[in-house]
Amino acid sequence: MIEITIGAISKPMEAKKIKTGDWGTEYPVVDIEKCSGCKSCEMFCPDLCVEVVKENRKKYAVFNYDYCKGCGVCAFVCPEDAIKMEMKEIYKLEVE
Amino acid sequence: MMKVVRGFYSVAHAVKTCKPNVISAYPITPQTEIVENLAAMYANGELENCVYITAESEFSAASILVGASAAGARTFTATCSQGLILMSEVLINAAGMRLPIVLVNTNRALSAPLSIWNDHQDSMFMRDAGIIQVYVENNQEAHDLIPQAYKIAENSKVLLPFMVCMDGFKLTHAYEPVNLHTQEMIDEFLPPYEPVAKLSVEKPLTFGAYAPPHIYMEFRVALQNAMERARKVIEDVFKEWAEFTKRDWSGHIAAENVDGAETAVVTMGSITSLVRDVIEELRKEGKKVGLIKLRTFRPFPNDEIKKALEDVNKVIVIERAVSFGNEGQVAIEIKNALYGGNNEIYSFAVGLGGRDVPRELIVKIIDNVMKGKVKQGFYFEGVHEFREVIP
Repeated sequence: MIEITIGAISKPMEAKKIKTGDWGTEYPVVDIEKCSGCKSCEMFCPDLCVEVVKENRKKYAVFNYDYCKGCGVCAFVCPEDAIKMEMKEIYKLEVE
Repeated sequence: MMKVVRGFYSVAHAVKTCKPNVISAYPITPQTEIVENLAAMYANGELENCVYITAESEFSAASILVGASAAGARTFTATCSQGLILMSEVLINAAGMRLPIVLVNTNRALSAPLSIWNDHQDSMFMRDAGIIQVYVENNQEAHDLIPQAYKIAENSKVLLPFMVCMDGFKLTHAYEPVNLHTQEMIDEFLPPYEPVAKLSVEKPLTFGAYAPPHIYMEFRVALQNAMERARKVIEDVFKEWAEFTKRDWSGHIAAENVDGAETAVVTMGSITSLVRDVIEELRKEGKKVGLIKLRTFRPFPNDEIKKALEDVNKVIVIERAVSFGNEGQVAIEIKNALYGGNNEIYSFAVGLGGRDVPRELIVKIIDNVMKGKVKQGFYFEGVHEFREVIP
């Protein structure tokens, strides 16, 4: 027996349980050397998956792959060209 | 030319060969890649004498096409689910204005709760709009139906919007070998669109004008008459296509092994392939069971259904939609077509919101009905036992 809520009502943070990171075909990879920590990606990420952290006086972007859908907005807005979108392994075999 | 392509491309390529003049759309999963492909073709200069307009909503996309179609353009759009419902106000007008807009609906569930997955609730919602609806089983059929859709919709006896319904994800995202049309082929099959009346600066006209009670009803009867005339036109074009390409998808319905059958299953869309597979196995075991693949849903092929199922004792309808407060729409229509007959009708709603329909479920449904384990009526199948709670 499963339970459903009337009207599909859900409480705050319920959606956090659903890891949407496997939706995308690509994922962002940051070049820490190039990253200036400007937070452009953090501001533009539509899924709040980027956080700029500070480590030994160096600021750089860290991605949360649990929720990143691979839209590529971060790579597009990056003024330092420090973010590259890479294809996930499972998508590398395509039928033409 | 046989190529392995996704459902999206099979539609986009077919649309391209039909030489549309105006394409307008708004992206929605699982339709997006159809219009993405078309936008790419447009950007690459592959679509001559064509404008691609990205609208700010489905309502706008449909509105743009109403204007374009009234001005004599061949038009195309694709949408589904909430997008189709948002278009509905405009599309119902398009039907009343007798504009032969062709659209592809990549069938998807309706909200709420939000679901992006496949079932037929969206197009069923548009059942009464005066729009021709044909459902396809695979991507080749979708590919083949596009030029036929234009030929039927633009026939001066018809002049109605045409909706090609293909299952979202199950077809759109699937790779299948598709025999792609060549341009010469479609140029030979599909004549250019010649509107009976069109908007122009020289000759201003109003489409879909006001009709007070003393005249409104006649327009609606005329719409019904157009639908009735469409029956014959659709059949003729289906036949013409079969002769032209040697790919015969049959008529309004495809009746398989129904003669002499005791039980027949009625299905629509991609689920047909699975049900056919199950039925073939049951027939090998000596069971007398047939299949009706329903292709045309509007206009509804009442006579064909009656003729095919007259002598079949038990009719099982397996569908992906429900009219809340009654039962599945296809079952309602089948019952109407078989009125006065002696058939027992069992209706099953399955696979709502993309719920998987495993082979075993189909076997169970057919088996239970054949063995008399279920009474005539309406059932949901493949549902978990659940309790509704207040959060």
